[in-house]
Amino acid sequence: MFRQLAIIIGCLAVGEFVIWLTHIPVPSSIIGMLLLTLLLKIGWVKMEWVETISNFLVKNMGFFFVPPGVALMLYFDLIKKEFFPILISVIVSTALVLVVTGWVHQIMRKYWKIKMPHMKIRKKKKHRQED
Amino acid sequence: MHEYLSNDYFLLTLTFGIYFISKLIRRYLRLAIFNPILVSIAFLIVFLKINDIDYETYQASGSKIDFWLKPAVVALGVPLYKQLNSIKQQIMPILMSQLVGCLTGISSVVVIAKILGASKPVILSLASKSVTTPIAMEVTESVGGIPSLTATIVVCVGIFGAVAGFRILMLGKVGMTDSQGISLGTASHAVGTSAAMERSHECGAYASLGLTINGIFTAILTPYVLKAMGMI
Repeated sequence: MFRQLAIIIGCLAVGEFVIWLTHIPVPSSIIGMLLLTLLLKIGWVKMEWVETISNFLVKNMGFFFVPPGVALMLYFDLIKKEFFPILISVIVSTALVLVVTGWVHQIMRKYWKIKMPHMKIRKKKKHRQED
Repeated sequence: MHEYLSNDYFLLTLTFGIYFISKLIRRYLRLAIFNPILVSIAFLIVFLKINDIDYETYQASGSKIDFWLKPAVVALGVPLYKQLNSIKQQIMPILMSQLVGCLTGISSVVVIAKILGASKPVILSLASKSVTTPIAMEVTESVGGIPSLTATIVVCVGIFGAVAGFRILMLGKVGMTDSQGISLGTASHAVGTSAAMERSHECGAYASLGLTINGIFTAILTPYVLKAMGMI
């Protein structure tokens, strides 16, 4: 457990260092996440070194955003004043993202179908079922 | 008694306890509106208001919990690594849909909110609404919005996606399981992903892919999109 925590916090520290050094407007946690993926990929960090704590953190991510959410009580007035712009923009935009992302993925998937080996396998399986 | 109610460890226990109970409620009443995050936030706000405890007092203990937001985002590197092969196989459809989805999400919410007359700090806080809270809050902070306003809106977006997501996708004629999954993850992050996971594991896997990649894209692109739109 100690090693697991050290690796996760260490990746975050490197992320913070990169931000401090370059001032790029990217969250340090994203850099830490990509670093962890890279370290796993090149094998410097083994899966079992981070798996338990990562599963715990990812599974319970929701809990960590309860306290920031409570800060809503500070913005009741602001939200009351701009309730409709917030509500409508959020609903319309979310629906747009859902449909647009789905469409692009569907169209691109059909277009790239021939070049994707696992798609061919799936198609064959379907044919077999039909037979 | 009132003094004890603002004790650090009491407030921490209360936060842990109410989240645990909200999760139990969610398990028995399988309604998306009983989202544990939403129920916990609502309960805590009511509790603090009734007992006249101000947010700063609560945040002194709450900050011990939200400290773990950043490590949790780092931990997303593990599922990302596990999905690397799946990503490689359809790298172009995934990346293109994520890029378009990310730009659609940021620009549409900014344009609509601006037309409807939202103020600048609110618009900046809305820009990253589609991605998971820790990322969204950091993005909002880096562009000068109100991070905790973003946190609340992100949770609401997630619940909206989980409740209405599949219906909207069917209306928009998005029928393929993996396309539906990736859309849910892109538009409504972890809460949408859990809804996709309930439908099928394939759907859920693609949703977590959407959640991760859109998180990265939004984190990197939001400041530039907002700059291009003349917001910052």
